[in-house]
Amino acid sequence: MTDLAALAQSFGLNAEEYARIPAILGREPTLTELGIFSVMWSEHCSYKSSRVHLRTLPTTAPWVIHGPGENAGVVDIGEGLAAVFKMESHNHPSFIEPYQGAATGVGGILRDVFTMGARPIANLNALRFGRPENPVTKRVVDGVVRGIGGYGNCVGVPTVGGEVNFHAAYDGNPLVNAMTVGIAPRDRIFLSAAAGIGNPVVYVGSKTGRDGIHGATMASAEFSADAEEKRPTVQVGDPFTEKLLIEACLELMQTDAIVAIQDMGAAGLTSSSVEMAGRGGVGIDLDLDRVPQRETGMSAYEMMLSESQERMLMVLRPDREDVARRIFEKWELDFSVVGHLTDTGRIVVRHGGRIEADIPLAPLADQAPLYRRPFTEPAKPAPLGAVDDPIGIGPALQQLIGCPDLCSRAWIWDQYDATVGGQTVKRPGAADAAIVRVEGTARALALTTDCTPRYCAADPETGGAQAVAEAWRNITATGATPLAVTDNLNFGNPEKPAIMGQIVAALRGMAEACRALDFPVVSGNVSLYNETEGAAILPTPAIGGLGVIENAAHAVGIALSPGLSLVLVGETRGHLGQSLWLREIGGREAGAPPPVDLAAERRCGDFVRAQILRGAVASCHDVADGGLLVAVAEMAMAGGCGASLLPGPAEIAPHAWWFGEDQARYVLAVADAEPILAASASAGVPARRIGRAEGSDLTLPDGATISVRTLAAEHGRFFPAWMDA
Amino acid sequence: MKAAIILFPGTNRDRDMAIALRGASGREPLRLWHTETSLPSLDLVVLPGGFSHGDYLRCGAMAAHSPVMREVRRFAQAGGHVLGVCNGFQILIEAGLLPGALLRNANLRFISRDCHLRVERADTAFTRHYQRGQVFRAPMAHGDGNYFAGEELLGQLEDQGRVAFRYTDAAGRTGPGSNPNGSTDAIAGVYSENLRVLGLMPHPEDLVDGLMGGTDGAPLFSGLVESLAA
Repeated sequence: MTDLAALAQSFGLNAEEYARIPAILGREPTLTELGIFSVMWSEHCSYKSSRVHLRTLPTTAPWVIHGPGENAGVVDIGEGLAAVFKMESHNHPSFIEPYQGAATGVGGILRDVFTMGARPIANLNALRFGRPENPVTKRVVDGVVRGIGGYGNCVGVPTVGGEVNFHAAYDGNPLVNAMTVGIAPRDRIFLSAAAGIGNPVVYVGSKTGRDGIHGATMASAEFSADAEEKRPTVQVGDPFTEKLLIEACLELMQTDAIVAIQDMGAAGLTSSSVEMAGRGGVGIDLDLDRVPQRETGMSAYEMMLSESQERMLMVLRPDREDVARRIFEKWELDFSVVGHLTDTGRIVVRHGGRIEADIPLAPLADQAPLYRRPFTEPAKPAPLGAVDDPIGIGPALQQLIGCPDLCSRAWIWDQYDATVGGQTVKRPGAADAAIVRVEGTARALALTTDCTPRYCAADPETGGAQAVAEAWRNITATGATPLAVTDNLNFGNPEKPAIMGQIVAALRGMAEACRALDFPVVSGNVSLYNETEGAAILPTPAIGGLGVIENAAHAVGIALSPGLSLVLVGETRGHLGQSLWLREIGGREAGAPPPVDLAAERRCGDFVRAQILRGAVASCHDVADGGLLVAVAEMAMAGGCGASLLPGPAEIAPHAWWFGEDQARYVLAVADAEPILAASASAGVPARRIGRAEGSDLTLPDGATISVRTLAAEHGRFFPAWMDA
Repeated sequence: MKAAIILFPGTNRDRDMAIALRGASGREPLRLWHTETSLPSLDLVVLPGGFSHGDYLRCGAMAAHSPVMREVRRFAQAGGHVLGVCNGFQILIEAGLLPGALLRNANLRFISRDCHLRVERADTAFTRHYQRGQVFRAPMAHGDGNYFAGEELLGQLEDQGRVAFRYTDAAGRTGPGSNPNGSTDAIAGVYSENLRVLGLMPHPEDLVDGLMGGTDGAPLFSGLVESLAA
């Protein structure tokens, strides 16, 4: 093997991939060129293992303005406005260096959104950690939460929602998926396709340093035991500069100066320049001597591969350069013309009077590796047989409500600024989806992140469909209309047929659910190789859902208040397979996940939303992890109000009735149950009265009582006891 | 009421403040960049929340030396009304317009949740629409809001009636369980000697609309308008 081939291998390219490079160039590559090829052809940037399957996802609807392929997805939310949103992973860095990994994850996804001209109005996240008993987990949780808060709080974008799971499968690979939502005028969306031969290419933001070199390559490989040694590939975030960059870019976007703009994310200057020029079908000349640098003696290779944060690349109209420069000077940010567009169709990189790279762009994109990796279809799990109830309903509730996957997340939320901006109608925990009003209008967005990885592990296809359905349901439960999703596909090593099988099946389930629910995918991110020492994470296709409600005042939360009747909507069969009850009380993860009936999902959801918008529903909560009784307990705790519950149907065992995780169900708290029950009957939607909100205790059908105060104490114990001890 | 919001690099609660001021006065507040060297004729200057200069030095320390702060000091010395919230409070302390210090929260974490504030006097321009002893809710969102005052200063603040708000429980009682950040004597906000400069850590501007969970903060702004409307 030649030295270059060996180097290529250490950069993550295999021999066959490397062999394409001399064929494209007609010569051996320079070090800088090899660096550019290796990051552009990394899994992280090229989606080489997932692309053929991603194409199966539905991405269009009348309200979709831009689907996948731009920096973020864009949907029409009415009144001439668009919501711009995306979710992205920062898994690998967050394990190596939790604070900076998570912080820069937030920073990166913010840039993907404001680069399109949108002011960010909300952040969410989806986090998966290892077992709490694992000593590493505590450090990772602490760092990730501080990092998300440290960045989001400083830039002044409220963190309004998210989800957290714990599982041994994440011991060595925690997942940090960050989502940003922004608002822009529908007719002022900024894109990344470069245009205008001779137009200046401008670099703005922070200076370039040596941090994050080959971050995209690291994110495309498994970890071994020496993961700590990869710390230099983690970037360092500067939320203050990001805040200035947001304001400066949005100010410049008020003018007509910008032709194209893209943030420098993974693979930094390389991916931004290659993608902008590539999408525009033009060439680009870069002069690295003009790149603002915070370290001396940086090579072309280092500058092209640096993932220093808070940087953007823009193509400007030549006559507007001074306007733009003045704005960035006001915000005390670097502004440098680092190149211009050409008609050569090549990227040419100059440094110190030498040409360090000269690559034709079309083959760099067209001849990028694309794999149809072999996969094995996951076996369908055997259904769970009958399971006895070992401890009774009340004790099981108390245990479930305090377990790490169901306990209160207040310890986390209390570290995130959820109110900055003054538009947060429903804060974390107040409703099934966060509700954030669009400033200056009556309407609001409903935002959620969802996935149930244990379902995905047992049956990836059902799990993929369930993740989409749950996001749709959480938005619906507030009264909002679901519009579109962003996905963050987290899996293990796709070169293993079993893992590839998970990916294929999960995508199939997602696609089916997205189609059935008119809930297209408009943006997303794929994170593969989430493995350490050969052990993969649970398949985790996290879904970020966005919906809209015309009048924010019509959105409902989950809190009970005295005197309301409780109505369960949707069909209950008592499905205990893969339920939290089975895991926490029965001590095993077994069986098939609850089936997802998309027609029933749609029918029940559309019914519930209509009832909410007609003003007939005081509060509403979907039935998810932990089942019906956990849902009722959460409503009781949110309202500080008790409830008396009626027995379930005789044909379903009590523990299956109260803790089964059948899908497509909602608990409605209503002043008058009769009209709801009548309407449900005519809509063909199962509905049943299950109790009444009253007093300060939860009274079970057998007469046992648990005070809501006791429940809340159990619910609130885990995080403070674990983290502040 | 002619109000101006001062913008520093890193200010991020200016929009919230503008909503509250606009809602109370019906007038759009001016926004002045920190490099301004003169102020127009104003009734109220507001230093809003945020992370001026990233709070990379001591919170508010760099902003206190911004050119505009010379003018704000002059305005205050001439008897003008100044409101500083959160980072604005930190800046007023660093600029010497209010006494004491703001340390890291006692639990060493950023704290974002609603707190209860007790109104310690209701005869200032800021609190005239509250009752003395009234308890109201306000979101807090800060990492460095642990107000510190030594014994001598504490005595002065008490003697001169310069404690504006205290952290309490919903019933108005102070105590360790209702002092979220460890502030000396549960102090959440203080006045200048002439009672015309107020700094506080929590954000009344984020609770002026029932849709956002309450209007507890609205009387502060309506009181200012009544006091200062020309």
